[in-house]
Amino acid sequence: MVDKSLELFDSGHRACGGCGAALAARLVLKGAGKNTIVVSSTGCMEVFSTPYPETAWKVPWIHSLFENAAAVASGVEASLKKQGRTEKVVIMGGDGATFDIGMICISGAFERGHDFTYICYDNEAYMNTGIQRSGATPYDASTTTSPAGKCSFGNKRPKKDMPQILAAHGAPYVATASVAYPADLMQKVEKAINTKGPCYLQVHAPCCTGWGFEGEQTIAIAKLAIETGLWVNFEMIDGKVAKVKKVVRKPVEEYLKTQKRFRHLFKPKRQDAEIAAIQAIADRNAEKYGIDIKLKKE
Amino acid sequence: MGLAVGCRAKPGKARDNRTGSWRVFKPSFDRGKCTKCGMCMTLCPEGCIHQTEEEFVEPDYTYCKGCGICAEECPGEAIAMKQEEK
Repeated sequence: MVDKSLELFDSGHRACGGCGAALAARLVLKGAGKNTIVVSSTGCMEVFSTPYPETAWKVPWIHSLFENAAAVASGVEASLKKQGRTEKVVIMGGDGATFDIGMICISGAFERGHDFTYICYDNEAYMNTGIQRSGATPYDASTTTSPAGKCSFGNKRPKKDMPQILAAHGAPYVATASVAYPADLMQKVEKAINTKGPCYLQVHAPCCTGWGFEGEQTIAIAKLAIETGLWVNFEMIDGKVAKVKKVVRKPVEEYLKTQKRFRHLFKPKRQDAEIAAIQAIADRNAEKYGIDIKLKKE
Repeated sequence: MGLAVGCRAKPGKARDNRTGSWRVFKPSFDRGKCTKCGMCMTLCPEGCIHQTEEEFVEPDYTYCKGCGICAEECPGEAIAMKQEEK
């Protein structure tokens, strides 16, 4: 067991007030403990936590490029192994670095079977450079490169299923978590770190600036994503789903209404067909992972 | 002579950056309603809420950005956000 009272991600970082990713970094380090080396890819987290000469990290931390965090971590892990050292290697990358830009290096590192934990904080777009769409952007979200307007309802493609891709690489432990369930998140980090081989954890981290909501709503919105079935918290061990967070599902509208990036679905005119399409995504998730709690009929 | 590659910084050097100046709304903690559950400590993105000796919680206003997550998520509604006069 690691000491979860340690603050290894310090105050004074420059994230927005109410940042989901900053909270994710804090909780991940609480779960990982101080015997950890962190490799970061370029992204919002790298920028807000380490404006030179400041750093919020109190563990060894290295950043090289956007695309090669997994390759750098492979080198770090190989070197530690050669020296007989026991530090654990954790990678923190955003969804842009994970789903799009770093994909080749990640695939290579997972195939080689290095002993590290890849943690993707998923805020569903490139937030650092001004909210451009990524492979993780959900269907119909309006971003600066997929703007909603007369001819479009926003992002036309559904979210890439990254956990399944990495599970297909033969990763022994693949899981998703959310900042709304901190105890679950810390436990999953600890489990991933203590599992030998390349593990993957995808953390849902709402972004108040990019999604368009007030900072204090971060946790409430992350919770709604799970309660509507648009985000599923699950654990996969050796490619098989072992544990799923079950919910009594709410209609997706309740989640969509809270954010500016989905505002075009309600104003000026309610777009019933588009909302139904998003509800269908939630229904598919529910069926695939079996998240529905069946209430007994009175 | 060794060639310095890259940039280095001391761990936790970000504490030089006093983000408390960003704050518009200031959380005030009501000790009468606080159940010491620690939810605010867990969910603070700054990690600036600490326990005092009597186990009550106290934020470090030098770093608190006033995001209001603590007030929103407090199960006992013991935290109120008030506009700060500077």
